[in-house]
Amino acid sequence: MKNCLIVDDSRVIRKVSRHLLEGMGFAVTEAADGKDALAQCTAQMPDVILLDWNMPVMSGMEFLGHLREQEGGDKPRVVFCTTENDIEHIRAAIDAGADEYVMKPFDRETLHVKLQLVGMV
Amino acid sequence: MGSATERDMTHEVLAQLLAERTGQDLSPSRRWRVETALSALLRESDATTIDELVAKLTSPFGCPLSSRVADALLNNETYFFRDQQVFDVLAKSALPKLIAQRQDKRRLSIWCVGCSTGQEPLSLSMLLAERAAMLDDWQINIVATDVSHRAIDVARRGVYTPFEAQRGLGIERMIRWFEEVDGRWKVSPRLLKPIRYQQHNALHAPPMGSPFDLVLCRNVLLYFDKPTRQQVFSQIAASLADDGMLLLGAGETPVGQTARFAPVKDLTGFYCLGTPDMPEARPRTAEVPARG
Ligand SMILES: C[S@@+](CC[C@H](N)C(=O)[O-])C[C@H]1O[C@@H](n2cnc3c(N)ncnc32)[C@H](O)[C@@H]1O
Repeated sequence: MKNCLIVDDSRVIRKVSRHLLEGMGFAVTEAADGKDALAQCTAQMPDVILLDWNMPVMSGMEFLGHLREQEGGDKPRVVFCTTENDIEHIRAAIDAGADEYVMKPFDRETLHVKLQLVGMV
Repeated sequence: MGSATERDMTHEVLAQLLAERTGQDLSPSRRWRVETALSALLRESDATTIDELVAKLTSPFGCPLSSRVADALLNNETYFFRDQQVFDVLAKSALPKLIAQRQDKRRLSIWCVGCSTGQEPLSLSMLLAERAAMLDDWQINIVATDVSHRAIDVARRGVYTPFEAQRGLGIERMIRWFEEVDGRWKVSPRLLKPIRYQQHNALHAPPMGSPFDLVLCRNVLLYFDKPTRQQVFSQIAASLADDGMLLLGAGETPVGQTARFAPVKDLTGFYCLGTPDMPEARPRTAEVPARG
């Protein structure tokens, strides 16, 4: 079973994403900001991370920078999942090492294909 | 809505309208969705109930309205590269086979039946554009048709919401083939170039451009009854090149429906006109429409 860490400050988004991901057979953990997520990754690297952009304490971009520097931090596939829907943000995310990008709102089909493309389903 | 008889009448009018315009059944199981499907149209046409809307259909201005009502009742669900595995087979086996067959003519003609808002022909166009080096001096024509005026209008515009644009597409393809303009995603003119969109009913004679080397008719037949399906199969058979192929949606099959098509060996979901080594699938004369 693959592990997915959902990093999002919205409880509703975490709940919806968890529901979709569990339906696809993932074991899911959650973090409400980048700092919490980083601590969880230090304890155990997930296979894939669903990452929001704007969060209190530590943003998604900041988290991604730290993650990729950590030992084993190149392993998780990172799928940005955000309301930042313009091309500049998308390019910045890819340049920073994101593997895929989901724009909110999204549905099961979208998430499933993105996870397929990063080799997780 | 009014009394039970009034409601039955209303549904009967709607069912008849849908059958006439599209060949589809408004089966009882789909009736509960009618109100949701028509809610936007109710607001736009100043009607408060469906009965009122249906009454307007009989007015002298009813004709454009009935086309919009039929459009609203259709299910236009689609997304890019729907059924990824099928598109993998298309990219890795079916297209190379067709390209090899057409080396001399250097021409490929494709028909997308029930193309909805364009995601399916655009997925095909992407696959072909990504093989541009191989198809450099080829003439590629994709005729994409749908009975829904609204769907064809959207497809022609080629501008999608972020929700639509990302459905089925990886980010790499999205930024390669779309341009973001004020929060909307505009498809590259290069992908639109080989596509000719046309409003067209699949029950009628095929559009210009036949014989087609490949016909896609995916997630369309499932809304029809058997005689209507047979009618569509006949139209497709008439439009297909002798060595062309038909691609159906997951769960759709000509088996038990028509003897005009037989499965293509090793290509799941693809069908060819009956061949002599498959006698049971050889085309028969005049197996046509039971429906008028
Ligand atoms: C569920 S969509 C499928 C779209 C696309 N082929 C796909 O698989 O993603 C079915 C489409 O068939 C169209 N359709 C229904 N009846 C039709 C008819 N008689 N002739 C042409 N198109 C029809 C509908 O308008 C709708 O856009």
